Amino acid sequence: MNHVFRHIALLLVAAAMLLTPLRGLAQDSIPVAEEAQKPTEEKAEKFDAKSFIFGHTGDSYCFHITEIKGEPVCVWLPVIVKCKDGGGWHCFSSKHVCELKEGETFTHNGANFYIPPISAEKYPGKLVEVKADGSLSRPFDISFTKNAFGIFVTCIFLVAFFLPAARKYKKDPMAKPTKYQGLVEWLTYMVLDGIVRPNIREAKVKKFAPYLLTVFFFIFFANLFGLIPFFPFGANVTGNLSITVVLALMTYFFVNLFGNRHYWKDILWPDVPVFLKAFPLMPIIELISTITKPFALMVRLFANILAGHIVIMVLMALIFIIGGMYGAGMGGVMSVVSIFMTIFMTALELLVAYIQAYVFTMLSSIFIGMAQEEPKHE
Amino acid sequence: MDLFLPESGLVIWMLIAFVIVLLILAKAGWPMIMGAVEKRNSHIADSLLAAEEANNALAGIEQKRQETMAAAQAEQIKIMKESQDLKTQLIEEAKTQARQEAEKIVAEARLKIEKEQAEAMANIKNEVIALSVDIAEKLLQRELSDKPSQDAYIEQLLKNNQPRIEA
Repeated sequence: MNHVFRHIALLLVAAAMLLTPLRGLAQDSIPVAEEAQKPTEEKAEKFDAKSFIFGHTGDSYCFHITEIKGEPVCVWLPVIVKCKDGGGWHCFSSKHVCELKEGETFTHNGANFYIPPISAEKYPGKLVEVKADGSLSRPFDISFTKNAFGIFVTCIFLVAFFLPAARKYKKDPMAKPTKYQGLVEWLTYMVLDGIVRPNIREAKVKKFAPYLLTVFFFIFFANLFGLIPFFPFGANVTGNLSITVVLALMTYFFVNLFGNRHYWKDILWPDVPVFLKAFPLMPIIELISTITKPFALMVRLFANILAGHIVIMVLMALIFIIGGMYGAGMGGVMSVVSIFMTIFMTALELLVAYIQAYVFTMLSSIFIGMAQEEPKHE
Repeated sequence: MDLFLPESGLVIWMLIAFVIVLLILAKAGWPMIMGAVEKRNSHIADSLLAAEEANNALAGIEQKRQETMAAAQAEQIKIMKESQDLKTQLIEEAKTQARQEAEKIVAEARLKIEKEQAEAMANIKNEVIALSVDIAEKLLQRELSDKPSQDAYIEQLLKNNQPRIEA
């Protein structure tokens, strides 16, 4: 029975893959889906896969939890913006702008705001100020968004998880560790002995271990929390470039600010024939490489996590796309397939959550370790 | 796509939050955990070393004990041998002494015998003398009466006493 069911499921997956090779996703193919819908169900609300996917994987001004009878259940986060061209600071609840109907604007202290939909061409999903002449202007925006909330959840968890253990150790370092301390110890030394020590020489481990440990556990727990699909988790923190750019900058800072003379000599005056460095070809290449390394870190983490989230969202979107194309029955069948594949993807994402944290920390410690190397004595 | 552009607001939040967490954990988190674990590591290493040292010391003591035991055994054997020697020596001595004593006794006895013999000889001599005197007395008495018979008598007396004198 199980066997037969598995075959049917596989067939369905194959059929789904063949029939809709993620056409609904690409921007230009959405009209195709719409056209397919139109003859069958004229009144059916069009399903916008792009908005659906990027609305969930991107940042948001409110933390959308669910919908009850058409009413959204949200945690309304504060919007903090400073208007350009001499405009002042504005701070208000995102409830006012998120619940706007199309064409409406929210007026706060003389400034009109609204959020263009994700399908919009200009500033999709971002708060904009509507000027008197109708033009749109993006204010300086430091709103406490869904991802900012996710960052704080992760940070608070990190402090709440590791600090009590540290306090216990400080109080009585020789006491028999509790199970919780054992867990903390195991996690810490997994990173310390598995990633930091092999790459950074022993004398410098104490100096850089705090950063590497923090960055590992930040990425790891942010990744894991991103997979938990309900409040206060589920923000796609590490799949956002704004976050990975900060992490990469931190690594850049730790590599180059603490780099020793040997490291800088290798960049500015490497051991190559003089004509390669007098006309500063090698130094230029080396200087660029100091930037490309953290840049690769930034993109790798961001792309891996975002891709994982997008694949899960695509699997969800497939239900509606198939449903829209072939009717609710096929949509129902697709939902079973999608759920199984989502379970598989989530399991894979658990692995990716660890691997990406590992890779980021590993490469960071390699770069830091290389900048800390002493010249080999002949 | 703006997906690939960092948002200034989020960057600021992330920077603030991450730096704060980094500072908190770098000040009060990781060094405590690492310090305690390293302290425990060195404590365990020290304890192991101390245990090994104690073990070594114990082995030394054991060796010393065995040495002492062996020495004591050798001493015992030596003493036993000595006592054995002493015993034989004593027996030997006793034997010699006994022999000497016996010899002394024998010598004494011989002396006594000789003395007694001498005494006996003296007695005999005395008797001979007394006998001679007796004979002389009797001769003297007879001489007074008859001369020829006197001579015969002396002759006879002497004949009678011949064995006594010769002995």
